[in-house]
Amino acid sequence: MLAASGLYLYLRFDTSAAGAYESIGELEWWFGGVLRSVHRYAADAFVLVMIVHLLRELWLGRFRGWRAFTWISGVPLVWLVYASGLVGYWLVWDTRSHFSFHATLEWMGLAAAAGAAPDRLFSLYVFLHIGLPLALLAGMWVHVQRLGHPRTWPPLDVAFAVAAVLVVLAVLHPAASEPRWGAAPAGDAIAVDWFYQFIHPLMYATAPAFLWALVLGLSALLIVLPFLSKQHVVAARVDPANCNGCARCASDCPYNAIQVGDKATVFAERCAGCGICAGACPSSTPFRSIRELVSGIDLPDLTINHVRKTLQAALPCKDVVFCCESNRLPGAIALRCLAMLPPAFIEYALRNGAARVTAIGCAGECAYRLGMELCEERFAGRREPHLRASVAFERKDNEYRFVLRSR
Amino acid sequence: MKAVRIVAQLALYVPLMALIAYFSTEPRFSPVKSGEALVRVSFIHATERREPCRARSAEELAKLAPNMRASLDCPRERSPLLVEVELDGKLVLRREAQPSGLRRDGNVAVYERMLLPAGRHRIVARLRDRPGADFNFIKEETVELAGGQTLIIDFSAAKGGFAFLI
Repeated sequence: MLAASGLYLYLRFDTSAAGAYESIGELEWWFGGVLRSVHRYAADAFVLVMIVHLLRELWLGRFRGWRAFTWISGVPLVWLVYASGLVGYWLVWDTRSHFSFHATLEWMGLAAAAGAAPDRLFSLYVFLHIGLPLALLAGMWVHVQRLGHPRTWPPLDVAFAVAAVLVVLAVLHPAASEPRWGAAPAGDAIAVDWFYQFIHPLMYATAPAFLWALVLGLSALLIVLPFLSKQHVVAARVDPANCNGCARCASDCPYNAIQVGDKATVFAERCAGCGICAGACPSSTPFRSIRELVSGIDLPDLTINHVRKTLQAALPCKDVVFCCESNRLPGAIALRCLAMLPPAFIEYALRNGAARVTAIGCAGECAYRLGMELCEERFAGRREPHLRASVAFERKDNEYRFVLRSR
Repeated sequence: MKAVRIVAQLALYVPLMALIAYFSTEPRFSPVKSGEALVRVSFIHATERREPCRARSAEELAKLAPNMRASLDCPRERSPLLVEVELDGKLVLRREAQPSGLRRDGNVAVYERMLLPAGRHRIVARLRDRPGADFNFIKEETVELAGGQTLIIDFSAAKGGFAFLI
Protein backbone atom coordinates (compact mmCIF):
# COMPACT_ATOMS: atom_id res chain seq x y z
CA MET A 1 0.00 0.00 0.00
CA LEU A 2 2.88 2.31 0.81
CA ALA A 3 4.63 1.57 -2.47
CA ALA A 4 1.50 1.82 -4.63
CA SER A 5 0.23 5.05 -3.06
CA GLY A 6 3.78 6.46 -3.06
CA LEU A 7 4.20 5.73 -6.76
CA TYR A 8 1.06 7.70 -7.65
CA LEU A 9 2.04 10.58 -5.36
CA TYR A 10 5.47 10.67 -6.99
CA LEU A 11 3.85 11.02 -10.42
CA ARG A 12 1.86 14.03 -9.23
CA PHE A 13 4.58 15.52 -7.04
CA ASP A 14 6.60 18.55 -8.12
CA THR A 15 10.10 17.62 -6.99
CA SER A 16 11.27 21.17 -6.41
CA ALA A 17 11.33 23.39 -3.35
CA ALA A 18 9.28 25.97 -5.22
CA GLY A 19 6.49 23.69 -6.35
CA ALA A 20 6.32 20.78 -3.88
CA TYR A 21 3.89 22.32 -1.40
CA GLU A 22 1.45 23.49 -4.06
CA SER A 23 1.58 20.18 -5.96
CA ILE A 24 0.42 18.38 -2.80
CA GLY A 25 -2.32 20.94 -2.30
CA GLU A 26 -3.54 20.39 -5.87
CA LEU A 27 -4.32 16.71 -5.31
CA GLU A 28 -8.05 16.10 -5.77
CA TRP A 29 -9.45 15.01 -2.39
CA TRP A 30 -11.34 11.99 -3.69
CA PHE A 31 -8.33 10.22 -5.21
CA GLY A 32 -4.93 11.85 -4.80
CA GLY A 33 -5.89 13.21 -1.40
CA VAL A 34 -7.13 9.81 -0.24
CA LEU A 35 -3.95 8.16 -1.52
CA ARG A 36 -1.85 10.76 0.26
CA SER A 37 -3.68 10.04 3.51
CA VAL A 38 -3.42 6.29 2.95
CA HIS A 39 0.32 6.69 2.34
CA ARG A 40 0.73 8.55 5.59
CA TYR A 41 -1.50 6.36 7.73
CA ALA A 42 0.02 3.20 6.27
CA ALA A 43 3.43 4.55 7.29
CA ASP A 44 2.10 5.13 10.81
CA ALA A 45 0.60 1.64 10.89
CA PHE A 46 3.96 0.28 9.69
CA VAL A 47 5.61 1.69 12.83
CA LEU A 48 2.89 0.22 15.03
CA VAL A 49 3.16 -3.22 13.44
CA MET A 50 6.96 -3.10 13.61
CA ILE A 51 6.92 -2.29 17.33
CA VAL A 52 4.32 -4.96 18.08
CA HIS A 53 6.39 -7.47 16.06
CA LEU A 54 9.57 -6.54 17.93
CA LEU A 55 7.93 -6.73 21.37
CA ARG A 56 6.20 -10.00 20.55
CA GLU A 57 9.38 -11.72 19.40
CA LEU A 58 11.16 -10.33 22.47
CA TRP A 59 8.41 -11.58 24.79
CA LEU A 60 8.50 -15.04 23.21
CA GLY A 61 12.29 -15.15 23.52
CA ARG A 62 12.76 -15.45 19.78
CA PHE A 63 16.11 -13.74 19.57
CA ARG A 64 18.53 -16.40 20.77
CA GLY A 65 20.48 -19.18 19.14
CA TRP A 66 19.43 -19.96 15.60
CA ARG A 67 17.24 -16.85 15.52
CA ALA A 68 20.11 -14.46 16.37
CA PHE A 69 20.85 -13.56 12.74
CA THR A 70 17.21 -12.75 12.01
CA TRP A 71 16.93 -10.73 15.22
CA ILE A 72 20.14 -8.74 14.71
CA SER A 73 19.42 -8.07 11.04
CA GLY A 74 16.11 -6.57 12.12
CA VAL A 75 17.73 -3.82 14.23
CA PRO A 76 18.98 -1.64 11.32
CA LEU A 77 15.53 -1.98 9.77
CA VAL A 78 14.07 0.01 12.67
CA TRP A 79 16.49 2.82 11.84
CA LEU A 80 15.61 2.64 8.16
CA VAL A 81 11.87 2.76 8.87
CA TYR A 82 12.29 5.88 10.98
CA ALA A 83 14.69 7.55 8.55
CA SER A 84 12.33 6.86 5.61
CA GLY A 85 9.35 8.26 7.50
CA LEU A 86 11.13 11.36 8.80
CA VAL A 87 12.41 12.29 5.34
CA GLY A 88 8.94 11.65 3.92
CA TYR A 89 7.58 14.36 6.17
CA TRP A 90 10.19 16.84 4.92
CA LEU A 91 8.88 16.46 1.36
CA VAL A 92 5.60 18.11 2.25
CA TRP A 93 7.54 21.38 2.59
CA ASP A 94 5.37 22.90 5.29
CA THR A 95 6.17 24.29 8.73
CA ARG A 96 6.12 20.77 10.18
CA SER A 97 8.78 19.77 7.62
CA HIS A 98 10.80 22.82 8.60
CA PHE A 99 10.49 22.00 12.29
CA SER A 100 11.38 18.33 11.80
CA PHE A 101 14.29 19.09 9.47
CA HIS A 102 15.81 21.64 11.83
CA ALA A 103 15.22 19.49 14.89
CA THR A 104 16.98 16.59 13.11
CA LEU A 105 19.91 18.84 12.19
CA GLU A 106 20.06 20.00 15.79
CA TRP A 107 20.18 16.38 16.90
CA MET A 108 23.00 15.68 14.44
CA GLY A 109 24.91 18.77 15.61
CA LEU A 110 24.56 20.36 12.17
CA ALA A 111 21.99 23.03 12.96
CA ALA A 112 24.40 25.90 12.29
CA ALA A 113 24.66 24.70 8.69
CA ALA A 114 20.94 25.06 8.10
CA GLY A 115 20.47 28.01 5.83
CA ALA A 116 18.01 28.57 3.05
CA ALA A 117 16.74 25.34 1.55
CA PRO A 118 17.67 25.27 -2.10
CA ASP A 119 16.38 22.90 -4.76
CA ARG A 120 19.47 20.73 -4.43
CA LEU A 121 18.63 20.05 -0.80
CA PHE A 122 15.10 19.19 -1.82
CA SER A 123 16.43 16.77 -4.46
CA LEU A 124 18.36 15.09 -1.66
CA TYR A 125 15.13 14.61 0.30
CA VAL A 126 13.46 13.03 -2.72
CA PHE A 127 16.44 10.78 -3.31
CA LEU A 128 16.47 9.73 0.35
CA HIS A 129 12.74 9.06 0.43
CA ILE A 130 13.14 6.65 -2.46
CA GLY A 131 16.57 5.28 -1.56
CA LEU A 132 15.92 4.60 2.12
CA PRO A 133 12.74 2.54 1.54
CA LEU A 134 14.60 0.58 -1.16
CA ALA A 135 17.39 -0.06 1.34
CA LEU A 136 14.69 -1.10 3.81
CA LEU A 137 13.29 -3.55 1.27
CA ALA A 138 16.77 -5.01 0.69
CA GLY A 139 17.26 -5.21 4.46
CA MET A 140 13.94 -7.04 4.84
CA TRP A 141 15.10 -9.55 2.25
CA VAL A 142 18.23 -10.19 4.33
CA HIS A 143 16.06 -10.31 7.49
CA VAL A 144 14.13 -13.37 6.23
CA GLN A 145 17.10 -15.22 4.69
CA ARG A 146 17.35 -17.62 7.63
CA LEU A 147 13.68 -18.54 7.42
CA GLY A 148 12.35 -21.35 5.28
CA HIS A 149 9.11 -20.42 3.50
CA PRO A 150 8.94 -16.94 5.08
CA ARG A 151 5.47 -15.45 5.24
CA THR A 152 5.86 -12.03 3.67
CA TRP A 153 2.20 -11.57 2.72
CA PRO A 154 -0.59 -11.23 5.25
CA PRO A 155 -3.67 -13.46 5.07
CA LEU A 156 -5.97 -12.11 2.35
CA ASP A 157 -8.83 -11.20 4.70
CA VAL A 158 -6.49 -9.27 6.99
CA ALA A 159 -4.91 -7.49 3.99
CA PHE A 160 -8.31 -6.38 2.67
CA ALA A 161 -9.51 -5.36 6.12
CA VAL A 162 -6.42 -3.27 6.82
CA ALA A 163 -6.65 -1.64 3.36
CA ALA A 164 -10.29 -0.81 4.03
CA VAL A 165 -9.45 0.59 7.46
CA LEU A 166 -6.80 2.88 5.98
CA VAL A 167 -9.08 4.09 3.18
CA VAL A 168 -11.94 4.76 5.60
CA LEU A 169 -9.56 6.62 7.89
CA ALA A 170 -8.23 8.62 4.90
CA VAL A 171 -11.76 9.70 3.99
CA LEU A 172 -12.90 10.45 7.53
CA HIS A 173 -9.72 12.17 8.68
CA PRO A 174 -7.71 13.30 5.64
CA ALA A 175 -4.05 14.14 6.14
CA ALA A 176 -3.47 17.87 5.82
CA SER A 177 -0.45 20.09 5.32
CA GLU A 178 0.57 22.81 7.73
CA PRO A 179 1.37 26.31 6.39
CA ARG A 180 4.08 26.51 3.72
CA TRP A 181 7.78 25.82 4.56
CA GLY A 182 9.31 28.33 6.89
CA ALA A 183 10.04 28.75 10.56
CA ALA A 184 6.75 28.85 12.40
CA PRO A 185 6.76 31.18 15.42
CA ALA A 186 8.45 29.19 18.17
CA GLY A 187 5.35 29.44 20.32
CA ASP A 188 3.09 27.88 17.66
CA ALA A 189 2.01 24.34 18.36
CA ILE A 190 3.17 21.90 15.66
CA ALA A 191 1.06 18.93 14.63
CA VAL A 192 3.80 16.34 15.05
CA ASP A 193 3.26 12.76 13.96
CA TRP A 194 4.08 10.98 17.21
CA PHE A 195 4.78 7.69 15.49
CA TYR A 196 7.84 9.15 13.76
CA GLN A 197 8.51 12.60 15.14
CA PHE A 198 8.35 11.81 18.85
CA ILE A 199 12.13 12.07 18.85
CA HIS A 200 11.94 15.86 18.42
CA PRO A 201 9.84 16.64 21.53
CA LEU A 202 11.92 14.05 23.40
CA MET A 203 15.12 15.83 22.38
CA TYR A 204 13.78 19.24 23.39
CA ALA A 205 12.61 17.83 26.71
CA THR A 206 16.08 16.39 27.36
CA ALA A 207 19.13 17.05 25.16
CA PRO A 208 20.53 15.86 21.83
CA ALA A 209 23.14 13.81 23.71
CA PHE A 210 20.39 12.06 25.68
CA LEU A 211 18.59 11.14 22.45
CA TRP A 212 21.81 9.77 20.98
CA ALA A 213 22.47 7.76 24.12
CA LEU A 214 18.93 6.40 24.06
CA VAL A 215 18.91 5.46 20.39
CA LEU A 216 22.42 3.99 20.32
CA GLY A 217 21.97 2.35 23.72
CA LEU A 218 18.71 0.66 22.71
CA SER A 219 20.16 -0.46 19.39
CA ALA A 220 23.25 -1.87 21.10
CA LEU A 221 21.10 -3.64 23.68
CA LEU A 222 18.97 -5.26 20.99
CA ILE A 223 22.10 -6.37 19.12
CA VAL A 224 23.84 -7.91 22.15
CA LEU A 225 20.66 -9.51 23.52
CA PRO A 226 21.19 -12.83 21.67
CA PHE A 227 24.68 -13.09 23.14
CA LEU A 228 23.50 -12.43 26.70
CA SER A 229 21.21 -15.44 26.82
CA LYS A 230 22.48 -18.27 24.67
CA GLN A 231 20.35 -21.28 23.84
CA HIS A 232 21.92 -24.72 23.77
CA VAL A 233 20.76 -26.79 20.82
CA VAL A 234 21.88 -30.23 19.70
CA ALA A 235 21.96 -29.84 15.94
CA ALA A 236 20.65 -32.43 13.51
CA ARG A 237 23.28 -34.79 12.08
CA VAL A 238 23.51 -36.32 8.62
CA ASP A 239 24.36 -39.98 8.11
CA PRO A 240 25.91 -39.99 4.63
CA ALA A 241 25.37 -43.74 4.17
CA ASN A 242 21.59 -43.26 4.49
CA CYS A 243 21.28 -39.88 2.77
CA ASN A 244 20.40 -39.97 -0.93
CA GLY A 245 20.46 -36.18 -1.37
CA CYS A 246 16.72 -35.94 -2.06
CA ALA A 247 16.62 -32.45 -0.41
CA ARG A 248 13.26 -32.99 1.33
CA CYS A 249 14.91 -32.05 4.64
CA ALA A 250 16.25 -28.78 3.18
CA SER A 251 12.86 -27.99 1.69
CA ASP A 252 11.06 -28.48 5.01
CA CYS A 253 13.65 -26.88 7.34
CA PRO A 254 11.97 -23.83 8.92
CA TYR A 255 15.31 -22.05 9.40
CA ASN A 256 17.20 -22.76 6.15
CA ALA A 257 19.81 -24.68 8.12
CA ILE A 258 20.35 -27.42 5.53
CA GLN A 259 22.10 -27.31 2.19
CA VAL A 260 22.10 -30.23 -0.19
CA GLY A 261 24.73 -31.14 -2.74
CA ASP A 262 25.28 -34.85 -3.25
CA LYS A 263 24.38 -35.26 0.41
CA ALA A 264 22.73 -32.98 2.97
CA THR A 265 24.87 -30.68 5.14
CA VAL A 266 23.59 -29.11 8.36
CA PHE A 267 24.78 -25.64 9.46
CA ALA A 268 24.83 -26.30 13.20
CA GLU A 269 24.60 -22.64 14.24
CA ARG A 270 21.38 -22.22 12.25
CA CYS A 271 19.79 -25.48 13.41
CA ALA A 272 16.90 -25.29 15.89
CA GLY A 273 17.07 -29.03 16.62
CA CYS A 274 13.36 -29.36 15.82
CA GLY A 275 13.70 -32.69 13.99
CA ILE A 276 11.41 -31.64 11.15
CA CYS A 277 14.17 -32.74 8.77
CA ALA A 278 14.10 -36.24 10.27
CA GLY A 279 10.34 -36.35 9.75
CA ALA A 280 10.85 -35.43 6.10
CA CYS A 281 13.58 -37.98 5.38
CA PRO A 282 12.43 -40.95 3.23
CA SER A 283 14.75 -43.25 5.20
CA SER A 284 12.87 -42.49 8.46
CA THR A 285 10.37 -45.31 7.97
CA PRO A 286 9.72 -47.81 10.75
CA PHE A 287 8.88 -50.51 8.18
CA ARG A 288 12.58 -50.94 7.41
CA SER A 289 13.66 -54.36 8.57
CA ILE A 290 17.03 -53.33 10.06
CA ARG A 291 17.32 -53.77 13.82
CA GLU A 292 18.78 -50.29 14.46
CA LEU A 293 16.93 -47.73 12.36
CA VAL A 294 19.37 -45.10 11.09
CA SER A 295 17.86 -42.14 9.32
CA GLY A 296 19.64 -40.04 6.66
CA ILE A 297 19.27 -37.03 8.95
CA ASP A 298 18.43 -37.27 12.62
CA LEU A 299 18.55 -35.62 16.02
CA PRO A 300 21.40 -37.12 18.10
CA ASP A 301 19.45 -36.55 21.35
CA LEU A 302 16.10 -37.88 20.09
CA THR A 303 16.60 -40.33 17.25
CA ILE A 304 13.99 -41.78 14.94
CA ASN A 305 15.26 -45.19 16.11
CA HIS A 306 14.38 -44.19 19.69
CA VAL A 307 10.89 -43.15 18.57
CA ARG A 308 10.42 -46.51 16.80
CA LYS A 309 11.58 -48.43 19.87
CA THR A 310 9.23 -46.44 22.11
CA LEU A 311 6.36 -47.13 19.72
CA GLN A 312 7.22 -50.83 19.45
CA ALA A 313 7.29 -51.07 23.25
CA ALA A 314 3.84 -49.50 23.45
CA LEU A 315 2.29 -51.78 20.82
CA PRO A 316 -0.07 -53.49 20.70
CA CYS A 317 -2.44 -51.05 22.33
CA LYS A 318 -5.76 -49.48 21.46
CA ASP A 319 -4.63 -45.89 21.30
CA VAL A 320 -1.26 -44.45 20.29
CA VAL A 321 -0.74 -40.76 20.94
CA PHE A 322 2.10 -38.64 19.54
CA CYS A 323 2.62 -35.11 20.77
CA CYS A 324 5.18 -32.35 20.53
CA GLU A 325 7.40 -31.48 23.48
CA SER A 326 5.77 -28.06 23.80
CA ASN A 327 2.47 -29.78 24.50
CA ARG A 328 3.50 -32.89 26.47
CA LEU A 329 0.74 -35.29 27.46
CA PRO A 330 1.01 -38.21 29.90
CA GLY A 331 1.35 -41.54 28.08
CA ALA A 332 2.06 -39.89 24.74
CA ILE A 333 5.20 -40.36 22.65
CA ALA A 334 6.80 -36.92 22.71
CA LEU A 335 8.62 -35.56 19.69
CA ARG A 336 10.52 -32.28 19.45
CA CYS A 337 7.95 -31.05 16.93
CA LEU A 338 4.93 -32.90 15.55
CA ALA A 339 6.41 -32.54 12.04
CA MET A 340 9.27 -34.75 13.26
CA LEU A 341 6.79 -37.61 12.96
CA PRO A 342 7.21 -39.40 9.62
CA PRO A 343 3.68 -40.29 8.37
CA ALA A 344 4.82 -43.91 7.96
CA PHE A 345 4.87 -44.22 11.78
CA ILE A 346 1.11 -43.66 11.87
CA GLU A 347 0.44 -46.46 9.40
CA TYR A 348 2.98 -48.67 11.22
CA ALA A 349 1.13 -48.20 14.52
CA LEU A 350 -2.25 -48.91 12.93
CA ARG A 351 -0.99 -52.06 11.19
CA ASN A 352 0.61 -53.34 14.39
CA GLY A 353 -2.35 -53.38 16.72
CA ALA A 354 -3.39 -49.78 17.33
CA ALA A 355 -7.07 -49.10 16.68
CA ARG A 356 -6.51 -45.38 16.55
CA VAL A 357 -3.57 -42.97 16.39
CA THR A 358 -3.75 -39.39 17.67
CA ALA A 359 -1.17 -36.71 16.90
CA ILE A 360 -1.28 -33.46 18.87
CA GLY A 361 0.74 -30.39 17.96
CA CYS A 362 1.34 -27.06 19.69
CA ALA A 363 -1.77 -25.56 21.26
CA GLY A 364 -1.13 -22.14 19.72
CA GLU A 365 1.48 -21.12 17.24
CA CYS A 366 3.99 -23.84 16.32
CA ALA A 367 7.19 -23.47 18.34
CA TYR A 368 9.16 -24.14 15.13
CA ARG A 369 7.07 -22.00 12.79
CA LEU A 370 5.98 -24.56 10.19
CA GLY A 371 5.27 -27.77 12.11
CA MET A 372 1.48 -27.87 11.80
CA GLU A 373 1.50 -26.64 8.20
CA LEU A 374 3.95 -29.35 7.12
CA CYS A 375 1.97 -32.03 8.99
CA GLU A 376 -1.23 -30.91 7.26
CA GLU A 377 0.40 -31.05 3.83
CA ARG A 378 2.02 -34.44 4.47
CA PHE A 379 -1.16 -36.00 5.86
CA ALA A 380 -3.26 -34.56 3.04
CA GLY A 381 -0.85 -35.98 0.46
CA ARG A 382 0.34 -32.61 -0.84
CA ARG A 383 3.89 -33.00 0.41
CA GLU A 384 6.41 -35.82 0.65
CA PRO A 385 6.62 -37.99 2.66
CA HIS A 386 2.84 -38.31 2.47
CA LEU A 387 0.44 -40.40 4.46
CA ARG A 388 -0.77 -43.41 2.56
CA ALA A 389 -4.32 -43.40 1.22
CA SER A 390 -5.13 -46.45 3.34
CA VAL A 391 -5.14 -44.20 6.42
CA ALA A 392 -8.04 -41.83 7.00
CA PHE A 393 -7.63 -38.77 9.20
CA GLU A 394 -9.60 -35.92 10.60
CA ARG A 395 -8.33 -32.71 12.20
CA LYS A 396 -9.74 -30.68 15.04
CA ASP A 397 -7.65 -27.61 15.87
CA ASN A 398 -4.19 -28.94 16.74
CA GLU A 399 -5.26 -32.57 17.00
CA TYR A 400 -5.24 -35.24 14.26
CA ARG A 401 -6.99 -38.61 14.56
CA PHE A 402 -6.08 -41.49 12.26
CA VAL A 403 -7.73 -44.85 11.56
CA LEU A 404 -7.20 -47.47 8.88
CA ARG A 405 -9.76 -47.22 6.09
CA SER A 406 -11.98 -50.27 5.92
CA ARG A 407 -11.51 -52.25 2.71
CA MET B 1 -17.58 -18.70 14.15
CA LYS B 2 -16.93 -16.55 11.10
CA ALA B 3 -19.34 -13.89 12.38
CA VAL B 4 -17.52 -13.84 15.71
CA ARG B 5 -14.23 -13.41 13.86
CA ILE B 6 -15.59 -10.48 11.83
CA VAL B 7 -16.97 -8.77 14.93
CA ALA B 8 -13.70 -9.35 16.79
CA GLN B 9 -11.74 -7.90 13.88
CA LEU B 10 -13.98 -4.84 13.75
CA ALA B 11 -13.55 -4.40 17.48
CA LEU B 12 -9.79 -4.31 16.91
CA TYR B 13 -9.75 -2.20 13.76
CA VAL B 14 -11.79 0.68 15.18
CA PRO B 15 -9.34 1.38 18.05
CA LEU B 16 -6.50 0.96 15.57
CA MET B 17 -8.03 3.65 13.35
CA ALA B 18 -8.58 5.93 16.31
CA LEU B 19 -5.01 5.38 17.53
CA ILE B 20 -3.47 6.21 14.16
CA ALA B 21 -5.80 9.17 13.51
CA TYR B 22 -5.11 10.73 16.88
CA PHE B 23 -1.37 10.28 17.25
CA SER B 24 -0.61 11.26 13.65
CA THR B 25 -1.26 14.91 14.60
CA GLU B 26 -2.20 15.16 18.27
CA PRO B 27 -1.31 16.26 20.86
CA ARG B 28 0.28 19.29 19.26
CA PHE B 29 3.77 20.12 20.37
CA SER B 30 5.11 23.56 21.08
CA PRO B 31 8.91 23.82 21.29
CA VAL B 32 8.51 26.90 23.48
CA LYS B 33 6.14 27.19 26.44
CA SER B 34 3.77 30.15 26.63
CA GLY B 35 5.46 33.12 28.26
CA GLU B 36 8.85 32.08 26.95
CA ALA B 37 10.90 33.21 23.97
CA LEU B 38 13.61 31.37 22.12
CA VAL B 39 17.10 32.63 21.35
CA ARG B 40 19.16 30.79 18.78
CA VAL B 41 22.82 31.59 18.30
CA SER B 42 23.49 30.11 14.91
CA PHE B 43 26.24 30.87 12.42
CA ILE B 44 29.19 29.50 10.52
CA HIS B 45 32.30 31.58 10.31
CA ALA B 46 35.83 31.23 8.98
CA THR B 47 38.10 32.78 11.60
CA GLU B 48 41.29 34.62 10.83
CA ARG B 49 44.58 32.81 10.39
CA ARG B 50 46.42 31.89 13.56
CA GLU B 51 49.60 33.39 12.10
CA PRO B 52 49.65 36.16 9.50
CA CYS B 53 50.87 35.61 5.96
CA ARG B 54 54.54 36.27 5.40
CA ALA B 55 56.15 37.64 2.23
CA ARG B 56 58.69 35.22 0.77
CA SER B 57 62.17 36.53 0.01
CA ALA B 58 63.61 36.34 -3.51
CA GLU B 59 65.91 33.48 -2.40
CA GLU B 60 63.02 31.52 -1.00
CA LEU B 61 61.01 31.98 -4.18
CA ALA B 62 63.96 30.89 -6.32
CA LYS B 63 64.15 27.59 -4.41
CA LEU B 64 60.55 26.76 -5.21
CA ALA B 65 59.34 25.14 -8.41
CA PRO B 66 58.14 27.81 -10.89
CA ASN B 67 54.50 26.85 -10.46
CA MET B 68 54.74 27.09 -6.66
CA ARG B 69 56.18 30.60 -6.43
CA ALA B 70 53.43 32.32 -4.46
CA SER B 71 54.73 35.56 -3.04
CA LEU B 72 53.00 35.00 0.31
CA ASP B 73 53.47 32.05 2.66
CA CYS B 74 50.18 31.64 4.48
CA PRO B 75 49.93 29.03 7.27
CA ARG B 76 46.67 27.14 6.97
CA GLU B 77 45.63 26.92 10.58
CA ARG B 78 42.93 29.33 11.71
CA SER B 79 42.32 30.81 15.16
CA PRO B 80 39.84 29.33 17.58
CA LEU B 81 36.62 31.28 17.91
CA LEU B 82 35.36 32.61 21.22
CA VAL B 83 31.75 33.71 21.50
CA GLU B 84 29.93 35.11 24.52
CA VAL B 85 26.31 36.07 24.97
CA GLU B 86 25.11 38.11 27.91
CA LEU B 87 21.44 38.43 28.79
CA ASP B 88 20.47 41.22 31.16
CA GLY B 89 23.99 41.40 32.50
CA LYS B 90 24.30 37.67 33.07
CA LEU B 91 26.68 35.58 30.97
CA VAL B 92 24.58 32.78 29.48
CA LEU B 93 26.94 31.51 26.83
CA ARG B 94 30.71 31.35 26.60
CA ARG B 95 32.05 28.94 24.06
CA GLU B 96 35.41 28.46 22.46
CA ALA B 97 35.17 26.47 19.25
CA GLN B 98 37.96 25.08 17.13
CA PRO B 99 37.96 25.39 13.34
CA SER B 100 36.94 22.17 11.60
CA GLY B 101 39.31 19.99 9.58
CA LEU B 102 42.43 17.99 10.36
CA ARG B 103 44.55 21.08 9.73
CA ARG B 104 42.14 23.32 11.63
CA ASP B 105 41.63 25.38 8.52
CA GLY B 106 37.87 25.03 8.08
CA ASN B 107 34.83 26.92 9.30
CA VAL B 108 33.66 27.12 12.87
CA ALA B 109 30.01 26.19 13.38
CA VAL B 110 28.20 27.56 16.42
CA TYR B 111 24.71 26.60 17.43
CA GLU B 112 23.12 27.19 20.80
CA ARG B 113 19.49 27.27 21.79
CA MET B 114 18.30 29.15 24.86
CA LEU B 115 14.89 29.82 26.36
CA LEU B 116 14.17 33.02 28.24
CA PRO B 117 11.08 34.69 29.65
CA ALA B 118 9.20 36.93 27.23
CA GLY B 119 9.72 40.65 27.70
CA ARG B 120 12.41 43.30 27.33
CA HIS B 121 16.00 42.09 27.46
CA ARG B 122 19.41 43.64 27.10
CA ILE B 123 21.47 41.35 24.91
CA VAL B 124 25.22 41.62 24.40
CA ALA B 125 27.03 39.35 21.95
CA ARG B 126 30.83 39.25 21.70
CA LEU B 127 33.09 37.36 19.35
CA ARG B 128 36.81 36.92 18.93
CA ASP B 129 38.04 35.29 15.75
CA ARG B 130 41.74 36.18 15.75
CA PRO B 131 44.74 35.66 18.03
CA GLY B 132 44.76 37.90 21.06
CA ALA B 133 42.64 38.49 24.12
CA ASP B 134 40.20 41.17 22.95
CA PHE B 135 36.85 40.65 21.34
CA ASN B 136 36.83 42.20 17.90
CA PHE B 137 33.05 42.06 17.32
CA ILE B 138 30.55 43.29 19.90
CA LYS B 139 26.88 44.08 19.54
CA GLU B 140 24.55 45.33 22.26
CA GLU B 141 20.85 45.84 21.89
CA THR B 142 17.69 45.91 23.92
CA VAL B 143 15.02 43.74 22.36
CA GLU B 144 11.37 43.20 23.14
CA LEU B 145 10.48 39.53 22.80
CA ALA B 146 6.87 38.39 22.87
CA GLY B 147 5.93 34.91 24.13
CA GLY B 148 6.72 32.27 21.52
CA GLN B 149 8.94 34.62 19.53
CA THR B 150 12.36 33.59 18.23
CA LEU B 151 15.47 35.74 18.18
CA ILE B 152 18.28 34.53 15.95
CA ILE B 153 21.75 35.81 16.73
CA ASP B 154 23.50 35.57 13.40
CA PHE B 155 27.04 36.55 12.52
CA SER B 156 28.60 37.55 9.26
CA ALA B 157 31.98 39.31 9.19
CA ALA B 158 31.27 40.51 5.65
CA LYS B 159 28.09 42.25 6.84
CA GLY B 160 29.81 43.89 9.76
CA GLY B 161 29.37 41.36 12.52
CA PHE B 162 26.41 40.30 14.62
CA ALA B 163 22.79 40.66 13.53
CA PHE B 164 19.85 40.15 15.88
CA LEU B 165 17.02 38.83 13.75
CA ILE B 166 13.48 38.66 15.11
